[in-house]
Amino acid sequence: MAKPERARDEAAVAGREPSAAALLEVSDLRVNYGAVAAIRGVNLSVAAGEVVALLGANGAGKSTMLRTISGLSRPRTGRIALEGEAIHRLPPARIVRLGIAHCPEGRRVFGSLTVAENLRLGAAARADRSGMAEDRERIYAMFPILSERMTQAAGTLSGGEQQMLALGRALMARPRVLLLDEPSLGLAPLLVQQIFRTLAELKAGGVTMLLVEQNINLALDLADRAYVLRTGEVSLAGSAAELKADYEAVAAAYLGARP
Amino acid sequence: MSTELYIAQQIINAVSLGSLYALVAIGLSMIFGILRMTNFAHGDMMMVGAFGTLVLQFMNLGFGWAVLGGIGIGALAGVVVERVAYRPVRGAPEVTLLLTSLAVTYILENLGILIFTSSAQNFPLPEWMDSAFQLFDGQITFTQINLMTVALTAVALGALGWFVTRTDIGLGMRAAAEDMGAANLVGLDVNRLIVVAFAIASGFAGLAGILWAAQAGVVEPHMGFTPLLKAFVAAIIGGFGSIAGALIGGYLLGALEVFIVAFLPSEISPYRDAIVFILLIGFLLFRPNGLLKRSQEVKL
Repeated sequence: MAKPERARDEAAVAGREPSAAALLEVSDLRVNYGAVAAIRGVNLSVAAGEVVALLGANGAGKSTMLRTISGLSRPRTGRIALEGEAIHRLPPARIVRLGIAHCPEGRRVFGSLTVAENLRLGAAARADRSGMAEDRERIYAMFPILSERMTQAAGTLSGGEQQMLALGRALMARPRVLLLDEPSLGLAPLLVQQIFRTLAELKAGGVTMLLVEQNINLALDLADRAYVLRTGEVSLAGSAAELKADYEAVAAAYLGARP
Repeated sequence: MSTELYIAQQIINAVSLGSLYALVAIGLSMIFGILRMTNFAHGDMMMVGAFGTLVLQFMNLGFGWAVLGGIGIGALAGVVVERVAYRPVRGAPEVTLLLTSLAVTYILENLGILIFTSSAQNFPLPEWMDSAFQLFDGQITFTQINLMTVALTAVALGALGWFVTRTDIGLGMRAAAEDMGAANLVGLDVNRLIVVAFAIASGFAGLAGILWAAQAGVVEPHMGFTPLLKAFVAAIIGGFGSIAGALIGGYLLGALEVFIVAFLPSEISPYRDAIVFILLIGFLLFRPNGLLKRSQEVKL
């Protein structure tokens, strides 16, 4: 049973490797949920222009990781830095202002507000308000259905349309790093394809992303690199191509096979 | 007396009373929407606004300025209470918030007694406001105060409607009321939203207090208690946390109270408040989300 050891080696390598050019860097992060340790000493980094996937079973700590980067949860110890500046003590609004937008699990659009109002609030924390109209047009071009529903309450949209709106709302902040939590959750396969096609276009346009996704294949197709979390620790890390080639190692990292 | 005119008169009374309930209920609902907290001290902002106006009048300010000042003092009191009493316990269990707001109520009302004594003070009105209009040989009567109540409420509601649909802060307030976590995630400054919500809610309560005192002719430290209970009922009817719901609930409740007295046999009139609170219990049992709010459904 050599696999888990190999996994640990790769994790160590990945932890060291891209830190010099990292846009977002998480070091030795520990987060507790009450008495439970949700994140137990995680290192990860995302370079500018890179798409990094965060994989793992339910409860592995993926969403907690994104929530902590956004400032909704506080780390017990460790450091989160954006371009070398520590951000893990800042309030969420400041973190958005610095350029980290979070498209949350379950979409969380404001149901009683219209589509246009949701997009407007996405830009509420933006320091530079010029170019807002163009960004909105770009999002409407990306998702034409949203422009048709512009004056409709977001709560009346279908799940797929709400996901598009949640993504559009996050993009209105013109983020330097886009955090995506389960964009495919609960969507029909066709819609999932559409969302991921859009994400691929965004990637081609240079948008940096940290993606949490249950669908391993989709995630690894889009991502440059990936980390697998298990019970709050990185159990495997590597390039997307490597991980795709060694599906067994990924499965083992998910399930926690022990020697 | 013709039936039509009698009904018209009752509608005037209902709109006038409903305006007051709506003004108080909107603030109560707004604060609940954002903080998930029933602010019992909300009724005391009526007292603060009315006493504020009284004091400003004593300082020889014109009535109009005194009213504006009273609204401002009410708004300021709300902001101060939020900063001093509520913010330190934000995020604490609901019971803590509830008890804190009760404590604020006691402090404010006793402060009122300390300064103005517990007996009712005369609330002076300028002469032009003391007049009444009579139509159809006196079959329809409404006072200047009725007229002012409806007009000022309409202005306040119009301004609020503009604010919550056209400005970032107003939209943000509605967003935060719906999903505080998501409001944080889009980078809304939640502290600022809460301060603005308290200023508006308490300013509205202050205005309601001034109008209430003008109708009653007196102002006293406990004056906010009954209106607060009624506003609570109105907010529940409409859907606690919803601004539009509180507005509708306020006018419905005003109409209900007036019509119970006007159209039902006079033996029933004394039970007016009992009927209102039975209605409250009915809503809590059978439609706890109120008229406007549907229970959240999950869409895929």
